[in-house]
Amino acid sequence: MKAKKINDYLYEIPKTGNMKVPVKIFASDKLIKAIEDDGALQQGINVASSFEGIQKASFMMSDAHKGYGFPIGGVAAFDKEKGIITPGGIGFDINCGVRMLATNLNKEEVTPKMKILLDKLFELVPCGVGSESKIRLTDDELDDVLVNGSKFAAKKGYGTQEDVTHAEEEGSMKGCDPKTVSMKAKGRGRRQLGTLGAGNHFLEVQVVDEIYDEETAKTFGINKKGQVVIMIHCGSRGLGHQVCSDYIRKFEDEYPKIIESLPEKDLIYAPFNSRLGQDYYSAMIGSANYAWANRHVIAHFVRQGFKEVFGEKTELRTIYDVAHNIAKLEKHIVDGVEKELIVHRKGATRAFPPGRTELPKNYVGVGQPVILPGSMGTASYLLKGAEKAMELSFGSTAHGAGRSMGRFAAMKKYSSEQVISELEKNNILIRSASKKGIVEEAPGAYKDIDEVVRVSDKAGIAELVARVRPLGVIKG
Amino acid sequence: MVRKKKRFEYLEHTADAKFKAYGKTDEERFENAALAMFNIVINTEKIREVEMHTLEIKAKNLRGLLYDFLDELLYLHDVEGFVLAKVKKVVIEENTLKATVTGDKYQGYEIRGHIKAVTYNDFEYTKNYVVMVMDL
Repeated sequence: MKAKKINDYLYEIPKTGNMKVPVKIFASDKLIKAIEDDGALQQGINVASSFEGIQKASFMMSDAHKGYGFPIGGVAAFDKEKGIITPGGIGFDINCGVRMLATNLNKEEVTPKMKILLDKLFELVPCGVGSESKIRLTDDELDDVLVNGSKFAAKKGYGTQEDVTHAEEEGSMKGCDPKTVSMKAKGRGRRQLGTLGAGNHFLEVQVVDEIYDEETAKTFGINKKGQVVIMIHCGSRGLGHQVCSDYIRKFEDEYPKIIESLPEKDLIYAPFNSRLGQDYYSAMIGSANYAWANRHVIAHFVRQGFKEVFGEKTELRTIYDVAHNIAKLEKHIVDGVEKELIVHRKGATRAFPPGRTELPKNYVGVGQPVILPGSMGTASYLLKGAEKAMELSFGSTAHGAGRSMGRFAAMKKYSSEQVISELEKNNILIRSASKKGIVEEAPGAYKDIDEVVRVSDKAGIAELVARVRPLGVIKG
Repeated sequence: MVRKKKRFEYLEHTADAKFKAYGKTDEERFENAALAMFNIVINTEKIREVEMHTLEIKAKNLRGLLYDFLDELLYLHDVEGFVLAKVKKVVIEENTLKATVTGDKYQGYEIRGHIKAVTYNDFEYTKNYVVMVMDL
C-alpha cells in the first residue's frame, strides 16, 4: 500500500470507500517505507473507517508502526457527544510515559562513579519480570493512588511539590471511581508501585550533548552541554494491563455485533457517553494516575540514589512527565468552532504550544516539554510543543524511536555480549535484569530517532530544544 | 520416547510476540496456546510441578474463553509468580472451561521475557490451530 506525498514531512491516504476521514502520516521519504510495509498504514485506515464521531483525520506520527487495533503512533479525536472510546486506541500499558529530570551535576563528576551509581539505582528501583516494590499498598491506599496519582505519592512523603506540578495533569487526572477498576487489576497493582517493569522500559542516566534552543532549554532546567539528566520510561504495570484486558472483554460481551463487524477485534469500542464507555474512561484515569504515581516514586528513589553517591547537595528537578498511551477530553478547534473532543494518543505525545492553560505556569510562555526517548544506546530528545500542532495533529507528536525489527528477529541477529560490547565501545554502561531483554532492545531493532525527531521539528508540531545521549542504562 | 508433534511456533511481529498453537480439538488448542504463551516467559520444559491450580472460566464463546483462560494464567504469573509446567486437564463444555495446571514459582529459573497482556490482534481460531499476539 502506498501513501500520497503532500510535502516533505506529510503523507496522506485520501478519504475513499467507507473511510470517514483521510489518514495523515507525518513522515519523510526515509520513514514512510517502513510505515507502508509493516501493516501500520492499514491500521491507520481501519481507524479512519471504524468509528462514529471521528474528527479531521486518522493521524500517524513519524515513529508509527504496527500495533493492535490502532497503530502505535496513532492519534484520533472523537466528538464527546457522538463519539466513542476504545482501549485499542490507548494501549495495554495505560499511561506508559516518560519522566525527565535535570541534575546539577556534570558528566565529569558522574562518569567516574557510573558503576557505583548504576548498582545503587538497580538496588533502589526494582525491575525485571516479577520484581516487587518495597511499598505495600492497603486497599484504601490503592484507591487513593487511583484517584490522586502523584498527589498521593507526595502526601506520603515521596518527591517534591515540583514533581507533582511538572507533569501532565499534575500527575493526578480527575474522574476516577475506584469501583470501576476490577479486584484483579488491583491485585496486580498492589505490590508494583515504584517498579520499572520489563520490556522496553528503562531508566537512563544521560548527558546533554546538543542544545538547539538555549532560552527554552534554560526554562526547562537545562543550562549547558555536559549537564547530566535522567529519563524514566515506564507505565501503569500490571494494573493498567489488566484494566485494558478487562474492558476489551466487557465491550466485546456488551457489543457482540460490533466486534464481528470490525477489521480487528482490538478496535472494539463503546460510545463515550454509554455507561460502559464512562466506566472504562474512569478505570483508564485510575490507571493513568497509578502510572504517574509510579514514575513519581521511581524519581524519588533515583534522587535518593544520587544523593547517596554524590552527596546531599545533589539536586534532581523534574523537567516534565508525559503520557504517551492515553485518552483525554480536550478543547480543539474544528472547522472554526471550539469543540470538546476525546483525544486518543497511542504511542503519541501531547505537544501543546505556548499559551495553553493546561501547562505548568513557568512553561506557559514557551510551550510543553515533549520527551522523546531513543532506543537503548542512541540519542533521546527534548522538544517543545509548537503552534502548528493544534491545527495539524490535535496537539500531538511522536513518542520515541518506535520498533522497526521484531523481537525474534533481533534475537536471531544479535547476541547480548555483542550488544553490551557495542554499548561499552560508546562508553555506555548497562545493568539489566535479563540478557534477553538487552538483545530484544538492541539499538538496531529501532527506527532512526534522529529522523523521527527531524520530521516532528520540520513539520512544526514539536520543535527541537536539546539532545541527550546515554551514559548508563538500567533495563528490566 | 516418541517425539511429539510440534505444539506451537512463533511468528514474526514487529513489536509483540505472535504464536500459532496447534491442536485437533479445542482442548488441545487451549493447552498449546497456554504453553506457547509461557514459553515466551520461560522454558516450560524445565519447570518442576510443585504447585497445582484449578481454573473455572465462563464466557460467551470460545474466543472469550481462550482470552480469559490465558488472562487468568497471566494473572497468576504476575501476582503469585507462577510459571507453567504442564496443562494437566482442560474440559470445555458449553460456555465453561475447567482446567488444571501445574508449575512452580519463577524464582531460580532463567527468565526469557515479559508479557503485559493477551490481545485480539491478528486473532485466528480454526479447527487445526489458533493464532494470537501477546503484548510485550
